[in-house]
Amino acid sequence: MKIVTICGAGIGSSGILKVNAERVLGRLGIEAEVVAADVSSVASVAADAQVILTSAEFVDAIGKTFADVIVIENFFDTAELSRRLEEALG
Amino acid sequence: MPLPPLPASSIVLGAEAADWRAAVRLVGEALAASGAAQPGYADEMIRMIEEHGPYVVIAPGLALAHARPGPEVLADGLAVVTLSTPVAFGHPHNDPVSVVLGLAITHADAHLASVASLANVFNDSSAIPALAGATSAAEVQRILGVTA
Repeated sequence: MKIVTICGAGIGSSGILKVNAERVLGRLGIEAEVVAADVSSVASVAADAQVILTSAEFVDAIGKTFADVIVIENFFDTAELSRRLEEALG
Repeated sequence: MPLPPLPASSIVLGAEAADWRAAVRLVGEALAASGAAQPGYADEMIRMIEEHGPYVVIAPGLALAHARPGPEVLADGLAVVTLSTPVAFGHPHNDPVSVVLGLAITHADAHLASVASLANVFNDSSAIPALAGATSAAEVQRILGVTA
């Protein structure tokens, strides 16, 4: 499974989402590749992704995709991240 | 890999900012003061928010201002600005912001270990209010787990 985290620069916030998603997935026992990318490369990077994690500002720019787009409010709240990933993948 | 350097020169406590642009400019000045970035890096961080919106407000009360690696970045570095009066960035859930982190990164591929360290600090939800209330640079460095 592939999960892509998206932010404006592809560093910083998407990196934090990637790190915390990997931690949560490890706890849930779910194997996935998590890739951080900037929004301008979403079409290519996320073409084969099951899930896109991002903040509300990027939903429109991500546009049409086969992936589940999950909006995260608090990037440091691993309980929120865990709940949202379980909903999407469970 | 630990957090990027956070010297006392890049920590500003209890600052006044009229709006989010002024707050980001302050953290840009703090990165310039420690030699991590050119003064123009502040404009790039502001441009990221103008272009993409207030997504840098990644947790309640906390903005992680940053731009891409580029000529305005001189070295990996972190800066912390706390605001005496929190300012709105226009974020639907996490406004108002009382702590602004500034991040300068020289190489995108090497930055993940640094942000993993940030996650280690801020996954503890008491870290943001602790930073907002910090009264000395040494206290900020202790909360973030850096020595200088």
